[in-house]
Amino acid sequence: MTGTRSQTLEPPEQSLQAQAAISLRGIEKSFGAFTAVRNLDLDIASGEFFSLLGPSGSGKTTVLRMIAGFERPTDGSIELGGEMVTDKAPFERKVNTVFQDYALFPHLNVAQNVEYGLKLRKVPRAQRQQMVNDALEMIRLPQVARRLPSQLSGGQRQRVALARALILKPQVLLLDEPLGALDKQLREQMQIELKQIQREVGITFVFVTHDQEEALSLSDRVAVFNDGRIDQVGSPADLYERPATRFVASFLGHTNLIEGDLARQLLGAPGPFSLRPEHVRVAPSARAANDQQASLTATVREVVYTGSCTRFVASTPSGADIIFQELNGASTQPPQRGAEVVLEFDRRHAVAI
Amino acid sequence: MAWLGVLYIGSLLLLFATAFWHTDPFTSKVIPGFTLENFQELVVQEAYRNTAVRTIGIALAVTILCAALALPLGLFMAKVAGPKLRAILAIGITLPLWAGYLVKVFSWRITFSQGGPLDWVLAPLGVDGMGYGQPAVVVTLAYLWFPYMAVPVYTAFRQIPDNLFNASADLGAKSWGTIRTVALPLLKPALIAGSIFTFSLSLGDYIAAQFVGGKTQMIGTVIAQNINLNPPLAAAFGLVPILVVVAYLFLARKSGALDAL
Ligand SMILES: Nc1ncnc2c1ncn2[C@@H]1O[C@H](COP(=O)(O)OP(=O)(O)OP(=O)(O)O)[C@@H](O)[C@H]1O
Ligand SMILES: [Mg+2]
Repeated sequence: MTGTRSQTLEPPEQSLQAQAAISLRGIEKSFGAFTAVRNLDLDIASGEFFSLLGPSGSGKTTVLRMIAGFERPTDGSIELGGEMVTDKAPFERKVNTVFQDYALFPHLNVAQNVEYGLKLRKVPRAQRQQMVNDALEMIRLPQVARRLPSQLSGGQRQRVALARALILKPQVLLLDEPLGALDKQLREQMQIELKQIQREVGITFVFVTHDQEEALSLSDRVAVFNDGRIDQVGSPADLYERPATRFVASFLGHTNLIEGDLARQLLGAPGPFSLRPEHVRVAPSARAANDQQASLTATVREVVYTGSCTRFVASTPSGADIIFQELNGASTQPPQRGAEVVLEFDRRHAVAI
Repeated sequence: MAWLGVLYIGSLLLLFATAFWHTDPFTSKVIPGFTLENFQELVVQEAYRNTAVRTIGIALAVTILCAALALPLGLFMAKVAGPKLRAILAIGITLPLWAGYLVKVFSWRITFSQGGPLDWVLAPLGVDGMGYGQPAVVVTLAYLWFPYMAVPVYTAFRQIPDNLFNASADLGAKSWGTIRTVALPLLKPALIAGSIFTFSLSLGDYIAAQFVGGKTQMIGTVIAQNINLNPPLAAAFGLVPILVVVAYLFLARKSGALDAL
């Protein structure tokens, strides 16, 4: 329904079609009376790092499970690398999955887990061993080959799950919140490793997450899910700088929604508009509004220190809240709580949604 | 408690000791001593040897039948059935445990009787019921001990996360491959625990053989016949199932299946 505004920045439609690794057409999925995914169209180019981002229950896992073949769509069709797979079983699809809970086989050790898919493909033993060694080398865990999954840390399990899937060289790797269980530090380290691995092996990643920061920092493109639909598809910069809907604007980072009288006064239209806090600043005292700059007076109500920057919440006389943000360590004195300030922003940065 | 222990161990020891005594053939008096005659008798006499082998065979057949039924049922209950159906099936499985042993054996006796319900049901198909005999013993014992196999297998199935099956399919396994390489290894402890029950309970049973076995004799039948005439021989025969079960437990232990118990 949306995403049209971001389409201009994507690769031209043709080339996307030609090399689409995954295309979903008119996908619908109901569980009984409940519709989890509705009328979904999506093309993912081969080699892309593509994220499905959305709040809990928005249908991300359901879409992933339909691509993998664990769930059959109620309606619509799925193509993988140009081949229609809608009715095919998981083992007939050249797709592999890294599960949110890793799903490592508890009775097999790490090497046997990684080897599992190769054995099914009847790869000869010597070659198998070589490939397993290489894979464990790649995830930097050759020393744990003989351990059972229960004897590994969460991060190690995650990497084993990754190796088990990657060793089969699938066209597409599906990852369902693979970093969800990790602490922040390990998570960030694994994000870098994932990105690196994806670049090295050059396969398509479909990455499910509800962490917007993670989606923005890793992905080539992101689809934002909202209640079983996709609100917008685009590059991280697209989504952040030109959100198409109110939902996308508020789900990705902080934003100011400017609408009604305030919008008319500042921007000459009723809106609504999305304005990112970092685009609003305290005006140098001696400057009047001009064509490009809109300005308003407000009273600082809240000051939130977040490390690298400080976020302020200010109220306009009409009662609307404006959030703005300043980098810490700037030379000027930051406004205090209760202070009256003149704020300004570049009109170009207010995006109609 | 301590007395119970003494009584329990004591009676086992007595059984053990009695097996080495012998009976005076003229007075039928039991004479303490040490002789291996009884065991010799068991091995040499073809009838005894056959009975022992037959009993072990029946116990194995019962175990295999129970496992073969418990696996699909456990899979269905744990992974397919909704909560309501699951509860009904769980009650259905354990229900036989609530009825008296003799009642159940007797109802099977009626079922297998000539012109009985089984014959009647099978008649339109042009097949005769199997009547009394070894197969009837196996079926009856399997029915009696089925809950001891079904409950652990079902519980173990429930503990296997769905995603393991998904992962297996994802990596390229078909249904049978998933069952063989994922489900069965994870169910092994439950299967062994269940089989210890079905196997040893079947080894020791003789009432079912009496009721539905026709001429089938099991170790228990021989013991029952000799318990008054020749107690040492009965005791020696009584040691056979115990030795077999101990050997079985030893094998199970070696395979690592009892580690979780
Ligand atoms: N097997 C099922 N039966 C019934 N409802 C289901 C089933 N699977 C998913 N749902 C429902 O579908 C909706 C979407 O679920 P889904 O798991 O795709 O969400 P999600 O976006 O992955 O959320 P999360 O971030 O919490 O994992 C939810 O409301 C969920 O309750
Ligand atoms: Mg999910």
